[in-house]
Amino acid sequence: MAKTGNSKQKKMNARVDFTPMVDMIMLLVTFFMLCTTLIKPQTMEIAMPSDVETDAQNQTQVAANKAITVLLGGDNTLYYCIGNPTEAPFKKTTYGKDGIRQVLMKQNAEALKKVQELKDKFALEQSSDPETFKKNKEAFQAALKEIKEGKETPSVIIRPSDAATYDNLMSILDEMQICSIGKYVIDKFTPTEQGYIDTVEGGGAAAQ
Amino acid sequence: MGRFKVKKQDTFIDMTPMSDVMVLLLTFFMLTATFVKDEPVKVVAPGSVSEIKIPESNLLTIFVQKNGKVFMNMDSPKSMERLAKEMKKSHGLRLTNEQTKEFIQVPMFGSSKSQLASWLKLESAERNSYLNDNPKAGIPCDSINDELKDWVGAARAACGEDMGIAIKADKNTSYAVIKKVMDSLRSIHENRYNLITALKNEE
Repeated sequence: MAKTGNSKQKKMNARVDFTPMVDMIMLLVTFFMLCTTLIKPQTMEIAMPSDVETDAQNQTQVAANKAITVLLGGDNTLYYCIGNPTEAPFKKTTYGKDGIRQVLMKQNAEALKKVQELKDKFALEQSSDPETFKKNKEAFQAALKEIKEGKETPSVIIRPSDAATYDNLMSILDEMQICSIGKYVIDKFTPTEQGYIDTVEGGGAAAQ
Repeated sequence: MGRFKVKKQDTFIDMTPMSDVMVLLLTFFMLTATFVKDEPVKVVAPGSVSEIKIPESNLLTIFVQKNGKVFMNMDSPKSMERLAKEMKKSHGLRLTNEQTKEFIQVPMFGSSKSQLASWLKLESAERNSYLNDNPKAGIPCDSINDELKDWVGAARAACGEDMGIAIKADKNTSYAVIKKVMDSLRSIHENRYNLITALKNEE
């Protein structure tokens, strides 16, 4: 070859400085990170009773002694009554763990026990295979639904007053989910219910 | 002297692995990015233990503000266009073509039908302040003048049976307002809908 020895080719530095590129990409990553909403808002599905059907039949069913009536008053007050509201007295309680949940759990103890058993059973059958996992989950949901709609679970009638807030309504719907109650309905708040609340409040004041 | 030369350290760090990782991250974020929708009206959803996600597409959202004003939006401009068309056809909404074009771009709307055209004439900042501050803003949904019914009915007609309805109400809204909205929906036989909540842990 012509090039022998004397014309030495200069060794080029093949390294490219990546720093500006990394800077740019960092910037873009930060931008996208801040713009993304990774957490999608949750939702609660709800089916309201239709006004077309005559609910007379359902109402007689709910009026059985298993029914729990919950009244939502203003200022985060909550009243409940187990059984027929015309006979059983209303009691005052609070939202959350120590209030209404205790009551509902007690009423729904049997179903909750079953739900716990079901959860334990499915906890053992955890699978990493997505197909099996999906199938298990479906079976679990079906079984859960069956328990929720079983005969033992009480029906709950929720009657929010105009003074109650949306947050109150959501908390009570949450309790339904936590306590595995499948049968609940949101109903109208009539002056009769206001009368019950007044009785409780009046009685409480007299006792003090 | 000078025998033990201090070896010159190469200060050049190889950035290639870092840029590899960065590009990967960038790609991930770019592909998963769903941009925060501009919501001119601030609504704080109540917490709930429910873990169901809201449907991705074909969703009509009804916003209920603390003071009882009702707003609406649809998830895509295409649905908005169909909604506008349907409203014009069956509920006598009067918009020019220009205004319709404006309408399908708005992130959220809420005014009575008669006010809509004049609202669309405003600049976008003014529009938002109108929604927030004007006492006349919001879709009327009381028993005398129930326009919410028309809007939801039109949306249902325009977007088909699989359109989802979601209600995003502020947690301090009085139930009286929610009841009005629910009654409107009930009167047009929309009995299944989602209530948007924020995630809260079980105590």
